[in-house]
Amino acid sequence: MSSSASFTSGAGLFEEPTELLRVSLDERVYVKLKGDREVVGRLHAYDQHLNLVLGDAEETVYVSEFDGETDEQIVRQEKRKLSLVYVRGDTVFLVSPLLRHTELFL
Amino acid sequence: MFFTAILQTLIGEEITVELKNDLCIRGRLTAVDQYLNVRLAQIHVSNPDAPLVLLLLRNTCSVRGSCIRYIHLPTDKMDADLLQEATRRVAAASKRAIAQE
Repeated sequence: MSSSASFTSGAGLFEEPTELLRVSLDERVYVKLKGDREVVGRLHAYDQHLNLVLGDAEETVYVSEFDGETDEQIVRQEKRKLSLVYVRGDTVFLVSPLLRHTELFL
Repeated sequence: MFFTAILQTLIGEEITVELKNDLCIRGRLTAVDQYLNVRLAQIHVSNPDAPLVLLLLRNTCSVRGSCIRYIHLPTDKMDADLLQEATRRVAAASKRAIAQE
């Protein structure tokens, strides 16, 4: 007997949240990380802690600076290519599939 | 456990570990444990603003897993299809384990 509560999303049935990651394998995903960081890349591997392996990834860091002359807060984007990277799960806020294809499962 | 196994396949390879304090340590991976603590040999710290002691380190160091943000992996040593297949297998096994509870 299954003790895990299942939840539905759209037409499909997901028994656990990480199943969204399973259907996103080999698709491009958007990952929001701790410390104003975002990574977009192809999902190669994940586990229950949301440790990830992403390929062909691009990281964006938002650095906010205070401009003393105009008294304005300026947010600067720093982009960086990461060809293959392991991302530790404890910094991950959210993972979202980018491709329309995955909506077939939702 | 799964990611420990993945990283253990890279033992002997040159990797770059990026810590949560932005420090990047490049070195040869010699050991990984279940907490994803990593041990590196022949290390080199590339950040110019790093503390001098770190810049002078050349031999070996252990990095606590929880301090790691990224590990930059060598592209040619990893097979994307193999990784995805292994992930699917692990996901299916954990789903079965939940169903049996």
